[in-house]
Amino acid sequence: MSNKLIDLKFKVNGKEVELKVNPKTLLLEVLREELKLTGTRQSCEVSACGACTVNIDGKAARACSILAVQLNGHEVVTIEGVADGKTLHPIQEKMVSHGAIECGWCTSGMVMSARALLLENLKPTRDDIKKALQGNLCADSGYVKYVEAIEMAAEVMQGNK
Amino acid sequence: MKDFNYSAPKTVKEAISLLGSLQGEVKVLCGGQSMLVLMKQGMLAPEHIVDIKGISELDYIRFSEEKGLTIGALATHGAVEKSPIVKEKYPVLAEMEDNLAVVQTRTWGTIGGNVCHGDPAADPPAVFIALSSKYKLMGKKERIVNAEDFYKDLLEVDLEHGELLVEVQVPPMPANSGVAQEKLMVQKGDMGIVGAAAFVTVNPSTGICEDARIVLTNVASIPFRAKGSEKVLIGKKIDEKLLEEAGQIASEEVDPPADTHGSEEYRRDMARVFLKRATAKALQRAQQKN
Ligand SMILES: Cc1cc2nc3c(=O)[nH]c(=O)nc-3n(C[C@H](O)[C@H](O)[C@H](O)COP(=O)(O)OP(=O)(O)OC[C@H]3O[C@@H](n4cnc5c(N)ncnc54)[C@H](O)[C@@H]3O)c2cc1C
Ligand code: FES
Repeated sequence: MSNKLIDLKFKVNGKEVELKVNPKTLLLEVLREELKLTGTRQSCEVSACGACTVNIDGKAARACSILAVQLNGHEVVTIEGVADGKTLHPIQEKMVSHGAIECGWCTSGMVMSARALLLENLKPTRDDIKKALQGNLCADSGYVKYVEAIEMAAEVMQGNK
Repeated sequence: MKDFNYSAPKTVKEAISLLGSLQGEVKVLCGGQSMLVLMKQGMLAPEHIVDIKGISELDYIRFSEEKGLTIGALATHGAVEKSPIVKEKYPVLAEMEDNLAVVQTRTWGTIGGNVCHGDPAADPPAVFIALSSKYKLMGKKERIVNAEDFYKDLLEVDLEHGELLVEVQVPPMPANSGVAQEKLMVQKGDMGIVGAAAFVTVNPSTGICEDARIVLTNVASIPFRAKGSEKVLIGKKIDEKLLEEAGQIASEEVDPPADTHGSEEYRRDMARVFLKRATAKALQRAQQKN
């Protein structure tokens, strides 16, 4: 059977990217293997854990469960695109300073889910935050500090702290 | 995953003509949230994939008082969840989406993909059937089918070769009606171990139930219409005793699978419990409208 390569043109972390991919290639594979953006985790690969979460057009999605060719014309942000140069994003800064990160495996996915939430709603309730993180598993069960760190980041982003 | 030939038409017309002309095993792909799991496991290995995710003309949610709600096949779960008109006119659909999978899956997965997958555990088919919805299909000709008649067997739906589902049509809510959905989950967002969607109308002066449509999930190979239970409710004033009777009937009529989440016996009992819960809530909502 032919496995003709397909053109893929999309934005990743603000830059236009153009490549040719086998249509069965997952977004996760393109990010990690072609673009060497390895901050997005390859974990369960069956849409169960959320470690591969990225933002597509500002919304949280699982890179292990989307064909890369479907990103044509879309904009993807990965964990590598969250900080502003050397300055951490408030979500990252608060997760570090509040000690939310334990082994760190789930962290990039957590940041991406939180980023999507705060893009949509800068004043989330605790419940909104919990819902936004519902699809991100933490093997250390360190959810509370993640939730608190995101609350703190939202305050910073509102200009309150 | 096996290799496949790939095409991504941009319009319904293009997609239909392509689907009609391809030889060999052809599969439509939308968000892939259900399909990629099967493809990764090798349970599905189509020769051709026609990717419809880019057909933006099918991405809409519209409402009119005469026609009710029309949801384009490409509307994502997330779009339905957040739609102001859905929240206002059919809050049950927003509630359903809140418990359907997780944020990330709702971002990319679509209503069309969900209802065409034919999973008897899925939530939207049950709610759409309870609401007397129709599906609009497009192939060489256009066809409208009752959501209820669309489900044939486990993962088998009434789609002919070359057909696409283009729209879900949910009629306006009748006066004095209420609808609710409940499901048994280990964790929020799980597929229901058992679930129930119930629609009832109540006569405001007599309090008598005039219509009932109850659909159970994950208790048969297709969404299960609990007709025996509906029959005992219609024409009577619904109270706890009657609800229990309706629940009992459902627990006898269903034909549930057994798996790690629940034995057959457990699912039968949960069919009773969840039918009662959903119906009681729908009843309460119908009465509040009076
Ligand atoms: C972690 C997780 C949890 C989930 N939990 C739930 C849950 O609680 N409740 C629930 O109901 N679902 C749940 N799902 C299922 C899932 O969300 C939906 O089934 C999914 O959104 C399907 O949409 P899709 O666009 O991704 O379809 P795809 O996976 O692309 O397609 C599914 C099927 O539909 C066909 N198809 C797609 N679109 C069309 C069309 N327009 N016309 C004709 N055929 C078409 C495809 O050929 C395929 O057979 C869950 C999924 C995951 C991964
Ligand atoms: S790796 Fe994608 S959800 Fe686990």
